[in-house]
Amino acid sequence: MRRLLNAAAIVGLTTVCSPAFADDDLSAIRAEIDAMRVEYQSRINDLETRLAEAEARTARAETSAQSAQRAVEAMPAAVRVPPPAAPVARPAQTGANAFNPAISGVLNGQFAASSADPDLAALPGFDLDAEAGRPARGFNLGESEIVIAANIDPTLYGNLTFSLGQDGSVGVEEAYIQTTSLGGGLTLRGGRMFSGIGYLNEVHAHAWAFSDQALPYRAFLGGQYGDDGVQLRWIAPVDQYLEFGAEIYRGDAFPAGGGANGGTGTSAVWARTGGDIGSGSSWLASASLLDANAQSRDVNGSEFTGDETLGILSLVYKWAPGGNRRDRNLTLSGEYFVDTMRGNFDAVPVNLDRSGWYVQGIYQFRRRWGAGLRYAALTPDNVPFGLAGSALDAAGLNPWTATALLEFDTSEFGRLRAQYTRDESDRVANDEFLLQYTVTYGPHAAHRF
Amino acid sequence: MRKFILGAAFAACLTSPVFADLRVFACEPEWGALSQEIGGEHVDIYTATTGGQDPHGIQARPSLIAHARRADIAVCTGAALEVGWMPMVRRQASNRAIAEGAPGDFAATSFVALKEIPTILDRSQGDLHAPGNPHIQTDPNNIRLVAQALAQRFSELDPANAVAYQAGLTDFLARWDVALERWTLEGAPLRGVAIVAQHQSWIYLEDWLGLERVALLESQPGIPPSSGHLAEVVQTLQAHPARMVIRAAYEDDRPANFIAERSGIPAVELPFTVGGTDGADDLFSLYDETLRRLLAAAAQE
Repeated sequence: MRRLLNAAAIVGLTTVCSPAFADDDLSAIRAEIDAMRVEYQSRINDLETRLAEAEARTARAETSAQSAQRAVEAMPAAVRVPPPAAPVARPAQTGANAFNPAISGVLNGQFAASSADPDLAALPGFDLDAEAGRPARGFNLGESEIVIAANIDPTLYGNLTFSLGQDGSVGVEEAYIQTTSLGGGLTLRGGRMFSGIGYLNEVHAHAWAFSDQALPYRAFLGGQYGDDGVQLRWIAPVDQYLEFGAEIYRGDAFPAGGGANGGTGTSAVWARTGGDIGSGSSWLASASLLDANAQSRDVNGSEFTGDETLGILSLVYKWAPGGNRRDRNLTLSGEYFVDTMRGNFDAVPVNLDRSGWYVQGIYQFRRRWGAGLRYAALTPDNVPFGLAGSALDAAGLNPWTATALLEFDTSEFGRLRAQYTRDESDRVANDEFLLQYTVTYGPHAAHRF
Repeated sequence: MRKFILGAAFAACLTSPVFADLRVFACEPEWGALSQEIGGEHVDIYTATTGGQDPHGIQARPSLIAHARRADIAVCTGAALEVGWMPMVRRQASNRAIAEGAPGDFAATSFVALKEIPTILDRSQGDLHAPGNPHIQTDPNNIRLVAQALAQRFSELDPANAVAYQAGLTDFLARWDVALERWTLEGAPLRGVAIVAQHQSWIYLEDWLGLERVALLESQPGIPPSSGHLAEVVQTLQAHPARMVIRAAYEDDRPANFIAERSGIPAVELPFTVGGTDGADDLFSLYDETLRRLLAAAAQE
């Protein structure tokens, strides 16, 4: 049967493409019949196609369930594609709220236990910004977020992210506009934003793999560098991913401060590249340079005026069997930070060369379940005699932390996490245990690599 | 043999040798294959995902961004299937040509009447696709509809080769209609056959072949089957026996195998898209292979 049909198919095809070359009358007649059948079938299909298309159009144009129902009932019964169920709870297409932006909420909360008092936590050798401290003991509402994003017009996209502190304070975490159609692979962004340096700097807290930032981010960037400024990005028109970025900021956020140079105190450049290795693996590498001017930067009562230059090398590798991330996947990442700090710290001249690094891996070993490990370390520098006992004096300590976690995803939108950290970054070692939930709701967000 | 002859016929029909004029970013393999059928040597196709990957859970990988940067058209399924990655790829690729709503933004589901449109949009019901079920490629009649729209769009974007795209479409549809007729005949024994499906992926296939879905292994779309729900499915199957349990090749095989073992019915792995399983190498063999596997399972006692 199948062979016969195949033969029919061949004959049908040759009829379409070129004149038939029948040898005898019988096969000529057969070919003709087959050709007619093909033609009829295609005519029927054409009609069905038109009907289905018309139906698709009407279905889309409906603004109410009733009119959809009427249109569906008016369709001939012969339509092969049955009518779709009439939507009941779809938002009105023409109402005053038709152009409302996408609004999503992020909630997180945690329970923390630690052997050392988190209020006294310090990072010897580094002036630790308040943002980069440790979570208080007991139950805590973490930072909640509200994100409001939409296209503003044909050329601009806008994003506003509020962060709501547990004490009721409201902060503007990001508020930027971005071009959508500059062309030539260029994108210009302006407003308040997280810098594109490093791998994790741009990533919002709710999307972090661990519940806190790695040690070098805390030490050199106060967690994350976000400030008011402009960013220009360009993607090279080649098949190998190659992107460059240049940024200028006001210079108000740690490690900058005081909005130096007339409010242009920080500048940054970065380059990224990446690709696939087979169908299972992908990678992303980047190099970044941040130059921050500090004008009377005040951290915990100590003042710094000078220049901090931070270089970051980042490498990310992701794997999943056949690239199918649903059930099992692995993400490995590592970053190396090198920092020079020149200027006056509490009126004492300093010239410090410090560095730090971390490596981390998250393995989703079965659907919804993941385990992770992270090791992070810092190398402080010797301080001048006048700064002995100050925040910059590491007193021979080489800070490190080792972290392990286990997480369970209730869905793509909810995550429960247990995290343990052995923290040898302070004079007193600390064991910290966290239980945390992080959920997002609202429109489905698309995440960065 | 059939493939060879089809290939030869295809080659014979296309005569003008030209370099690629249209860069196509295909979100899924079926649309890459369809673009190839219609565009032939006038298109340069990059397919973002493979048949072994769950299209819901793709990442906005660097290679995707780089290829989207230069694409003239992004041929995707739409209906929120790629909601977790394409918006990010688009935003990062800074390419006006494929921006949302641009002529190079092609969503296949816009040309098909969607089914299973949720009546209540609430995440307590699982990971819903608000516009309806996006897995339209499981019915070859839908491929026909999309092919026509795609050839039209190719012609609009690259008018210089409009004749070639129309010729490619005509040739493809001629072969497709022959195949459709054959599939419909071959699939006739499947009419009324009761099945269990793992994910809500097969409504178009079910309606095309007249399969009767008795149960789903996922209690809610996108939520992995719990042991409690699987036990319920086993019970349901005692009252309403099914002949097989089907799943897409990229899905975890354990839930389907569990049901198969407990209920004594075959578990069938279906390609779902081009390249999903061995033998599903192009659009034609995708349905050949799907039918072969379904028929083999239905023939088992």
